[in-house]
Amino acid sequence: MKYLGIDPQKVKIGVFDFTGCEGCELQLANKEESLLEFLSLLEVVNFREISSDSSQDYDIALVEGSISRKDEIERLTDIRARAKVLVAMGACACFGGVNYLKNQYPLKDVVKEVYGMHSVETSKVKRIADVVKVDLNIPGCPVSKSEVESIIVSIVVGAEVKIPKYPVCVECKQNVNTCVVDLGKICLGPITRAGCGAVCPTGKAGCLGCRGPAEDANYGSLREILREKGHCESEIEQKLCFYNAFNGSTEK
Amino acid sequence: MIYKVITKNEFKKFINGLIGENQTFGPKQVDRRADGKAVYQFMEVSSFDEMDLNYTVTYSSVKNFFLPFKEELSHFKFSDNDWEQAVEYRVNPRVIVGARPCDINALAILDKILMRGAFPSPYYIARRKNTFLIGMDHEPPEDCFCKSLGHDTVHRGFNLFCEDIGEQYYLTINSSKAFVFLKNVKAGKPTKKDDVKLIERRKLLRESFQARVEVAGLSSVLDIEFKSPVWKKWGDKCLNCGSCAMVCPTCYCYGIEETIDVGMKSSRKERVQYSCNLVDFAQVAGGHNFRPLKEDRLKYRFYHHYRGFAENADDPICVGCNRCGRACLAGINPREVISDLQMEG
Repeated sequence: MKYLGIDPQKVKIGVFDFTGCEGCELQLANKEESLLEFLSLLEVVNFREISSDSSQDYDIALVEGSISRKDEIERLTDIRARAKVLVAMGACACFGGVNYLKNQYPLKDVVKEVYGMHSVETSKVKRIADVVKVDLNIPGCPVSKSEVESIIVSIVVGAEVKIPKYPVCVECKQNVNTCVVDLGKICLGPITRAGCGAVCPTGKAGCLGCRGPAEDANYGSLREILREKGHCESEIEQKLCFYNAFNGSTEK
Repeated sequence: MIYKVITKNEFKKFINGLIGENQTFGPKQVDRRADGKAVYQFMEVSSFDEMDLNYTVTYSSVKNFFLPFKEELSHFKFSDNDWEQAVEYRVNPRVIVGARPCDINALAILDKILMRGAFPSPYYIARRKNTFLIGMDHEPPEDCFCKSLGHDTVHRGFNLFCEDIGEQYYLTINSSKAFVFLKNVKAGKPTKKDDVKLIERRKLLRESFQARVEVAGLSSVLDIEFKSPVWKKWGDKCLNCGSCAMVCPTCYCYGIEETIDVGMKSSRKERVQYSCNLVDFAQVAGGHNFRPLKEDRLKYRFYHHYRGFAENADDPICVGCNRCGRACLAGINPREVISDLQMEG
């Protein structure tokens, strides 16, 4: 298949999961109406959800999940050494994700709460970028298949990879929604990177920030707005911590 | 202009007739805010009774019916050695009921830029020409300041305008289409009594305005206060979320996006609504951002609105509906920002 008479290069990809729900990987296998076209751009050499191949020869490694065990560090380091490009895919890989909540508690208590008598080896949760160099982040919980498609197309044709820099509010207003903050809820849309089509606020649920911070996000202003609306500090903090995506949110 | 009067009952029949034949949009209550206030939007309606013509103000303007937030300008199909371009800007006829005078004046401003400017947009023209626009007067919400900008009354840009004189609407007919449509319903010539009622109604509305913005000499004030600390004061609050521009009836700044479909056999060129408040609006190739600060981005939006651009004969493009002020979570609103600047002087 040619694009403007030029044979696009098929990129060899491997998809790897660490601590996460594998939901982002499932997204890659979703959107059936364009799945064949999507796969025709790629040579999938390692992706346990869709193929039994397990080659170690890939150009792009799509990495899902956060890092919470020693053996994961070794595996990830090995993947980094083999991949030309390493992509952190999803909120867990990019920010630590929901898993990161565990870091608020002593490890001993966490293991006991989840596994009871059957203790397992575990460590504090790390983002992929805490362990190896990341070339590209695709945020989201889960990632949007359309966004992954457009990124892959950009890579194949050699175009700039574009991910919105502005906040979710833009897409929310474009959906002609009622502002969730006006409905009395906490919404992190004003500080969260767009690209999701404002799916949560469109369903009248406040944004939890799974796509991480928009560029130059105004944390101070949003905190003040939410406080003035009567939301207490701990409630705001809880939302900001949900995906561990707003480390810089205490900055003024 | 031709004037007629129509009873409200007959008007309902007239609108239901239009709804039966055309895709029709009107004001509908969509939500209730935590503070109890109703939220209205222009939505598609299938009968007259679905609309609430006594609505206060819609959260979004009617702009996006003419300048959609995302619009395909051009479609491309690729074959091995060639490509084909297709441009489509035809739209089906449709009706909008209940636009307020400031909303119609906002469209008249967009007409100046997008129909009669140096670069007319066939996409905009197609949507504008194929929309039958019925305007309606109203008692202004307390934070509307359209009177200050001279947009509380309207003389052009609509097909039909209705003024509420009690049992009847006083109709201003501004297109042959409206004249022909009205032949099918009972609409009479206004009597002297109707004229008196109309004058009283207009006087009442004129006197109902509570909010006011001093616009005399505003463009000079803006020139003088270019470096005012007022910009930082409000810029520090600004979320740069673009909500103001999305709900604004005249903000028309846009970006162009090109997307190759995943099958690599076709691509699209789209116009997407953008805002000068967004962080990368003034970012250019190579990464340099001409407006790196929140206050700069906020300031330039005010400059476009109140100082104007040459393409718009340097007229303000703000009509005073205060939708931006209502949508802004940070409480940034033209009235207070402008008053702050004037205090500086």
